[in-house]
Amino acid sequence: MKNPRWNPYLVGALIGLLSILTFSLANKPLGMSTGLAQASGACALPILGADKVAANTYWAKTAIPTWDYSTLFLVGTVLGAFLSAMLCGVFKFSADSAVWTESFGPSKTKRLIAAFLGGVIILYGARLADGCTSGHGISGCLQLAVSGWLFFIVMFASGILTAKLLYGRSRQA
Amino acid sequence: MLIPLAFLTGTELLWSAVAFGLVFGFLLHRGGVTDFDVIVRLFQFRDFTVLKVMMTAIGVGGVGIAVLHGQDLAQYHIKATNLLAVGLGAAIFGVGMVLYGYCPGTGIAAVATGRLDALAGLAGMIVGGIAYALTFDWVAANILPVGAYGKLRLPELLGLPEWVCYVGLVVMAAGIFALVGKAEAKKQA
Repeated sequence: MKNPRWNPYLVGALIGLLSILTFSLANKPLGMSTGLAQASGACALPILGADKVAANTYWAKTAIPTWDYSTLFLVGTVLGAFLSAMLCGVFKFSADSAVWTESFGPSKTKRLIAAFLGGVIILYGARLADGCTSGHGISGCLQLAVSGWLFFIVMFASGILTAKLLYGRSRQA
Repeated sequence: MLIPLAFLTGTELLWSAVAFGLVFGFLLHRGGVTDFDVIVRLFQFRDFTVLKVMMTAIGVGGVGIAVLHGQDLAQYHIKATNLLAVGLGAAIFGVGMVLYGYCPGTGIAAVATGRLDALAGLAGMIVGGIAYALTFDWVAANILPVGAYGKLRLPELLGLPEWVCYVGLVVMAAGIFALVGKAEAKKQA
């Protein structure tokens, strides 16, 4: 198995260049959670019914369900990561991670339930803040947006605290 | 404002979204940030990959876009500073990120590398998105207006010229990289 990792500074610089291209050629910042919010609107259709989704003030703003820039960017991200994993032969179905196992043991069910809950929490937070690590963290910060830096700093502090509470026991290892 | 370089419209714009996303997903994976351990260890100060990737992207992208903006070749897209909503949202986000082990973008990319926990979290994110939409009216009435300062940028907030802020950004990034390098050297020693 080849090591797929590139130098993180190189990768960061390339993501910076990519954002220059999206800003100038497409007039769009990098962002992820808007597309996800639209996907959630599409997924809500069979559960809540078309009328309820159409009547929702939040989804009405984003005009779902459509294949627009945000959702297609998300599709591209999936394809890109898949391509990268396949090219270096590291695609593998798994749910293990060292940090998690150190604290919570090898149970896959436990891990999947926690990941699901984490997913619910993270996207609620992202929508409330109106952006995520890419929308606020990268695109916002690089434009010197106050909202971006506020998000970055608070998210970091909250993450440090949560990591201490959740995985603190394994810290010494 | 007319953006001379932004010639991508209609179907081309949609195809460009797939292409840009493809590069982004590829880079996230090659950067190693689609890995649960890499992300969580950042918050334990044991792995600085995420910070290196983000700060370099912010520095390079920031200076590049500022130059383009100065030539009227790019437009800023500033999100509103709603103090309570951004602060509270970011705090909730941090909890979710450490429990999930990914952020929304890296989580989706991790799904594409076969991570089943990332997939479970993707289902969770869909539910989180639905939960937000269902509570949006209340949030819009009670949370979003608190400390709403509009589209605020650091140069305005600090009362400093643009170029000073960008120099500050680059110096800060360099400082962080130096600190991180020192911490890593200490760990290896």
